[in-house]
Amino acid sequence: MPKVKVPRKSTNIDMTAMCDVAFLLLSFFILATKTKPPEVLTVETPSSVSTRVVPEKDVVLISIDHEGRVFFSLSDNNKEQKLAIIESIDKARNLGLTDAQKKAFGKSNSFIGVPFSQLGSFLLTPADDLKKIKMDGIPVTDSINNQLVDWMLAAKSAFEGKKMELLVKGDNNSKYPAFQGTIAAFKRNDLMKFSMITNPEGVPTGSELSKANRVKSAAAK
Amino acid sequence: MAEMDTSSGGGHHKKGPGVKKSKKLSTRVDLTPMVDLGFLLITFFIFTTTMSQPTAMHLGLPKDTEKPEEQNKVKESGVLTLLLGKADVIYYYEGQLAPDAGNLKTTGFKDIRDVILTKKKSTNPSDFVVVIKPDKESRYKNVVDILDEMLINDVKRYATVDISDVEFMVVQKTQEAAGIK
Repeated sequence: MPKVKVPRKSTNIDMTAMCDVAFLLLSFFILATKTKPPEVLTVETPSSVSTRVVPEKDVVLISIDHEGRVFFSLSDNNKEQKLAIIESIDKARNLGLTDAQKKAFGKSNSFIGVPFSQLGSFLLTPADDLKKIKMDGIPVTDSINNQLVDWMLAAKSAFEGKKMELLVKGDNNSKYPAFQGTIAAFKRNDLMKFSMITNPEGVPTGSELSKANRVKSAAAK
Repeated sequence: MAEMDTSSGGGHHKKGPGVKKSKKLSTRVDLTPMVDLGFLLITFFIFTTTMSQPTAMHLGLPKDTEKPEEQNKVKESGVLTLLLGKADVIYYYEGQLAPDAGNLKTTGFKDIRDVILTKKKSTNPSDFVVVIKPDKESRYKNVVDILDEMLINDVKRYATVDISDVEFMVVQKTQEAAGIK
């Protein structure tokens, strides 16, 4: 009927609110992402059911890459320990490092992956070139020339009085001799407790560990 | 809010005759592409944020003692020895290795849990020890997975030991016979 007109409704939805929500979520995620320091090394760690979190402070990290090369590094907050370590290494091995080289070690995330013979020149390379040079890793497989023993001895004395968190980050495909040499270096310095960095993994259902966890959480409640 | 009060629907009023028609343009911006962009960036950041922290697996090494009285005394019947070879193969035997390696059995990472559990059930808890011997061809992942199995199966006593030359030769021979490269 010409008199009754169906009121026409607009089909345009106002997208302003949606836009606000989208940018709110976006800002949350931007602030939540922690920027990773540029890693010189790519290590793919295996997974484990362990639930202990990796400590961030007072960490001495031994990284083993897929070719079995061993690298030694320290966490950033231990500046005085770093200087102490490089001093003892210098004295023990008579390397004759200059103050500039020692400072370079203390400044960066003190990542060492070269035998003592190349240590001097390694410390002088600027951070940007680190990715380009090929590091051979600290020699550990030869029990006579296990240089990691010296590094661990220096680290142990530098961390005297403090609790040193010893971490091993090994690649899945690295062969056992590199890990064996690392453990041998720890044993020689009487460092019996250490942790291995792994990816988190769910406990398999029905296993002993899951039953134990259930008992523990029931007892805690 | 963001709306500007313009004449309804960006329509053009029809003015009375004789007046110049000024075109009123709509100031309403369609925000749909902006929302698309926003969600695109969100998904990017969701994928690059690592929410899960890497975990640490604790390991305590036993002291190496030369004195026999300090060495852990274990009953031969309660010992399960695992030899880790290359290509993710595990060889195991219970007790001592027979001179002809007759009691050496082969398994993989999928079945090792059953092996450990059956041995555990049939042994006195105070005598049950697992000895892990990785050979030089095994991968780090194998070692960590076995240590993980120790945690999963609640094995109280286990030790990582260097493989002996005899055992290594046995493993190599078995691998050659089985044709594992």
